[in-house]
Amino acid sequence: MMAPDVTLAIATTELSKRFGAVLAVDAVDLAVPTGARYGFLGPNGSGKTTTLRMLLGLVFASAGSIEVLGQPMPRQARSVLAQVGALVEGPAAYGHLCGRANLELMDAAGPGAPRRTRRARIDAALERVGLDAVGRRPVKAYSLGMRQRLGLAAALLRAPRLLILDEPTNGLDPQGIHEVRELLLELNYGGTTIFLSSHLLAEVEALCTTVGVVDRGRLVVQDELAALRRLTGNVVVGTPDAERALALLDGRLAHREADRIWVQADDPARLNAELVAAGVRVADLRAERRSLEDVVLAVTTHGSDRIAGGTRIAGGTR
Amino acid sequence: MILVELRKLIRRPRTWLTIGLLTALPTIVAIFLATTKVAPRPGEGPAFLSAVLANGALYPAAALGIVLPIFLPVAVAVIAGDSVAGEASVGTLRYLVCRPVGRTRLLVAKLVSIIVFVLLAVVVVAGVGYLVGTQLFGSGPLSSTSGTSLSTTQATLRTMLAVGYVGFSMLGVAAVAMFLSTVTDSALGAALGALALLVTSQVLVLLDAAASVRPYLPTRYWLAFVDLFRDPVLWRDVGRGFALQAVYVAVFLAAAWANFATKDVAS
Repeated sequence: MMAPDVTLAIATTELSKRFGAVLAVDAVDLAVPTGARYGFLGPNGSGKTTTLRMLLGLVFASAGSIEVLGQPMPRQARSVLAQVGALVEGPAAYGHLCGRANLELMDAAGPGAPRRTRRARIDAALERVGLDAVGRRPVKAYSLGMRQRLGLAAALLRAPRLLILDEPTNGLDPQGIHEVRELLLELNYGGTTIFLSSHLLAEVEALCTTVGVVDRGRLVVQDELAALRRLTGNVVVGTPDAERALALLDGRLAHREADRIWVQADDPARLNAELVAAGVRVADLRAERRSLEDVVLAVTTHGSDRIAGGTRIAGGTR
Repeated sequence: MILVELRKLIRRPRTWLTIGLLTALPTIVAIFLATTKVAPRPGEGPAFLSAVLANGALYPAAALGIVLPIFLPVAVAVIAGDSVAGEASVGTLRYLVCRPVGRTRLLVAKLVSIIVFVLLAVVVVAGVGYLVGTQLFGSGPLSSTSGTSLSTTQATLRTMLAVGYVGFSMLGVAAVAMFLSTVTDSALGAALGALALLVTSQVLVLLDAAASVRPYLPTRYWLAFVDLFRDPVLWRDVGRGFALQAVYVAVFLAAAWANFATKDVAS
């Protein structure tokens, strides 16, 4: 768990939201360290977006408290949100206006956006997201990926201290996803804290330093990624001499798939030496780590979009 | 924020299309009148229409009378109904609120934008009415509906008062549509809700059995702008209409504010 002395960009205490009979968010204690890249994971309908909307003052909490950048929300929304860039549930823009006109209107609508620097800031943001050559065409003629880039540009316009992004790579092709990841890393190295929600485990695994997992409104895991991806205590060995290895390792074998065996062992080097000494040919050998997928599947249930009964289709934890 | 809303208003093709349509109707009526020379008999059809053949300078007032009962309130209901719900359905509402634009500030800016639209619409209708009227019917010495003659300054002044009164009369509808716009995420639903109230009101105004509620109906004093062309001006109904609209505006804006300021933006 997080050390208590780390300053937090986002801190919630017992944050809850009830919609009628449904408790969408249930006593969530988020702790997003300043400077972190925080991945907020969970199945569809688990309360990710509702939590995010509460952080941004869009939805009012039923109970609990929120601090963003050290100030209470939504009471200090005007000063807090001026320092936050957000992308919530997909980008949105006025379709009959061009991207630049949309950015101008949004920028002029709120505080913390000097008019003098507006043009330069818009130019810089459009260039950062790769839309600098888009010209005057109206947003309704944009592709999904272009809209997503425009939404990101709007979030970046005032050099925010904190970025709150909901599914930031939605609608982007692999090249676009890579560009956005590089952009977010660059911003993070420059000091911007990044809080992103996603259901793409690979995206979070590739980008984030800290992970929180929600399931049915509850925060079930919150830790640094490195700590979550701890060793499983197994070593995976690829060998053409699987039978001989099995005989040798009798009792320590965890699992076998054709010529790959999972062996309970603390020290891969010693296991390797043992196998080689016994004349077992080793093609490859590595200590097994828990993947983020294992972690998430272990603690979550189905998304709320799954209606049928029965068991999970995908394989569970090994 | 008010400036941003005004920029949105003027950059929106719909605004100009609506105003264009609003001016088209009295223009079409004028062309028919001018070519056939068949005027409605006095006391029938829209106000002033019987008199415009003789004097085109009355046509601005006649044009207001033509768009007032249906066309203008429909346009206002559509624009005001779209004000918040339209942003919600496009998704820009959530970005405005977390930009951050204070919710009260947002409502005020929307209201100002609607008022500007209404004023723009009635001024353009009256202005085009004047041009069309004087071109097609020629202008002569003006007389009031009471038969006395009016000087040009007086006539202009009264037309301007009529423009102001008709514009103000629309604010009740606007406030209702705006309130509904904060309740639903469907701009169409909000506009239809306001129109339902409007139609109900217009039916009840004509129903003698509903005489007890008549003075409180939002459309009751709309046509009182005609009284501005009497000599002397008959202020009673104009004053009442003004006060009634002010009450509708105050009540429904307060409701809109109370609802929107505490509402979860879930769109």
